[in-house]
Amino acid sequence: MKKILILAMCIMIMGFSSQSLAKELLGAGATFPYPYYSKLFDSYKNKTGVKINYQAIGSGGGIRQLLKKTVDFGGTDAYMKDKDLQKAEGPIVHIPTCLGAVVMTYNLPGNPTLKLSSDIIVDIFFGKINKWNDKRIAAINPKAQLPDMNIVVVHRSDGSGTTFIFSDYLSKVSTQWKEKVGAGKSLNWPCGLGAKGNPGVAGLIKQVPGSVGYVELIYAMSNKMPYADINNRAGVFVTPSIESVSLAANIDLPDDTRVTITDTDAKAGYPISGFTWLILYKEQNYNGRTRAKAETLLNMLWWVIHEGQELAVPLHYAPLPKEAVAKAEIILKSVTYNGKPILK
Amino acid sequence: MAETAASDKTAGARSDVTKYFQSKTPKSSVASDSLFKALLYGSAVLMLLLLGGIIITLLVESIPAIKATGFSFFTETVWDPVFQEYGALAFLVGTLLTSFLALAISIPFSLAIALYLGEYFREGAFSALLKSAVELLAGIPSVIFGFWALFVLVPLVRSIEIQLGVVPYGVGILTASLILAVMIIPYSASIGSDVISLVPAELKEAALSLGATRYEMIKKVVLPYARSGLCAGTLLSLGRAIGETMAVTMVIGNSNMMPKNIFSPSNTMASIIANEFAEATDTVHVSSLIEVGLLLLIVTLIINLLGSYIIKKMTLEQ
Repeated sequence: MKKILILAMCIMIMGFSSQSLAKELLGAGATFPYPYYSKLFDSYKNKTGVKINYQAIGSGGGIRQLLKKTVDFGGTDAYMKDKDLQKAEGPIVHIPTCLGAVVMTYNLPGNPTLKLSSDIIVDIFFGKINKWNDKRIAAINPKAQLPDMNIVVVHRSDGSGTTFIFSDYLSKVSTQWKEKVGAGKSLNWPCGLGAKGNPGVAGLIKQVPGSVGYVELIYAMSNKMPYADINNRAGVFVTPSIESVSLAANIDLPDDTRVTITDTDAKAGYPISGFTWLILYKEQNYNGRTRAKAETLLNMLWWVIHEGQELAVPLHYAPLPKEAVAKAEIILKSVTYNGKPILK
Repeated sequence: MAETAASDKTAGARSDVTKYFQSKTPKSSVASDSLFKALLYGSAVLMLLLLGGIIITLLVESIPAIKATGFSFFTETVWDPVFQEYGALAFLVGTLLTSFLALAISIPFSLAIALYLGEYFREGAFSALLKSAVELLAGIPSVIFGFWALFVLVPLVRSIEIQLGVVPYGVGILTASLILAVMIIPYSASIGSDVISLVPAELKEAALSLGATRYEMIKKVVLPYARSGLCAGTLLSLGRAIGETMAVTMVIGNSNMMPKNIFSPSNTMASIIANEFAEATDTVHVSSLIEVGLLLLIVTLIINLLGSYIIKKMTLEQ
């Protein structure tokens, strides 16, 4: 009797799990798009009944989990380098989902809207400009009242995609930065204080008069923090906004969408912007995955780059420009199961 | 009459017990005994295996970093994940500096609380209140200490820094040490008060009968007697200070440079791991962070061994 009961329970559990296989997806990765993703996946569940469990453990963690094949898809703010891609047992594709931007925020008496040029930002983060009433800052901000205050630089202490986008921008506009500091998620900063996460940086900036730092646009917008207009390659000072960030991606994109769009050529584009991606294996038949699961994943991603984009703007994320959607469509159609494309 | 009945009863009970044990075959009682022994033995061995497993995992995982950086890992101060240079000396210094500074700040307070609770006022409403406050302090999650430090301690330290004319960051080694001191006081204080209350009353009375004042009695009798226990408490709290992560990360300033003075921002071994591990993808970077973890383990181990040696020596001297 007991044995029969246990057997029955086993069958029931197996039955449930095989049924739920195609109804559940597991993802892990970037924290930056997490508010957007949780909204996305929630509406997708309401629409289709597919439950998506996305764990915001950081881009690095997302890549590691995908390499170990413990998740169906990963999320990352910095595209995987060729070196990392070679580590994978099979090609990995990147699907852009939305755009984010990094803004320069500060704490000055009255918090005037400042203009900052790329060379000034570089020198502030090198510690070369250390007073707010520096001639160069005053020259492009004639109307602002700049106090005789020390500049205290605040940067992220934890490894983050935000730091990657910001340092990638600095490396593009300054060869000295590229050679001495470089671009990465964690840097050897020449000066300043480190704080953990966007809230940490924002908190420190609010506390320290005369401080300057970088946070995500979304974070600055929803917390009503001041942020600077920054000049782009065309020499135009651009106010960071959802539109100017989307415009920054209006450039020729490579077919795999693995590109940084900082220091963009686009005339009205904000120069410190970047994509965030979901990553998955190009060949979906691995570790005994079912075709149903692969189809569920692909359908979900297709939805994300089309209908899902409408959910981005209310949360202050910039939606993908048309060209990026077109590229992502081609990539999604190239994903296979047993060598045959899944989407038609 | 009643007595015999009672003795009969006890005798009856005794024979019941004997019967119970006799009814069980010696074999089964031996079996249950050896099972119990095996269980105890097993869990003890499991504990050792766990420790061994942790050390081995850390060692194996840090091999790529050991290969890439070698001995310079312990002597270099540059930590540059972009150009793949990894030196952990600055973090080692940061950890030791904050922990020992915290210890120095905490000792007068913890000793005072220990004496108050263990010697002066063992009972009474205020002492009960103080005791539960100290216990409560030990139970507060460290992230809450971190928040408190961020909103109260940091502005306080900043105003001191403005008075002293150093760069008013507010965060840095001093702030981290102060919050660490607050966090470790409950540990050394509660152990200290227990040890002090264990000092035999005869010794204290003897001292008092010889005409010693209370202060002299504490200085000459209580403290020397409780010395090794007080040291053990201090050591335990040092162990906590070295490994503390969250609160320190929030207020230390997270700068990877070698600290210049106690106001400079710095980084500890625990805080660099907490900061960079989640986003590290490069093999050598991950491995270097694990090697920092190994270093942290070794430092803790050395301090514990040193501590037990000191305690042993002190106990022998008595």
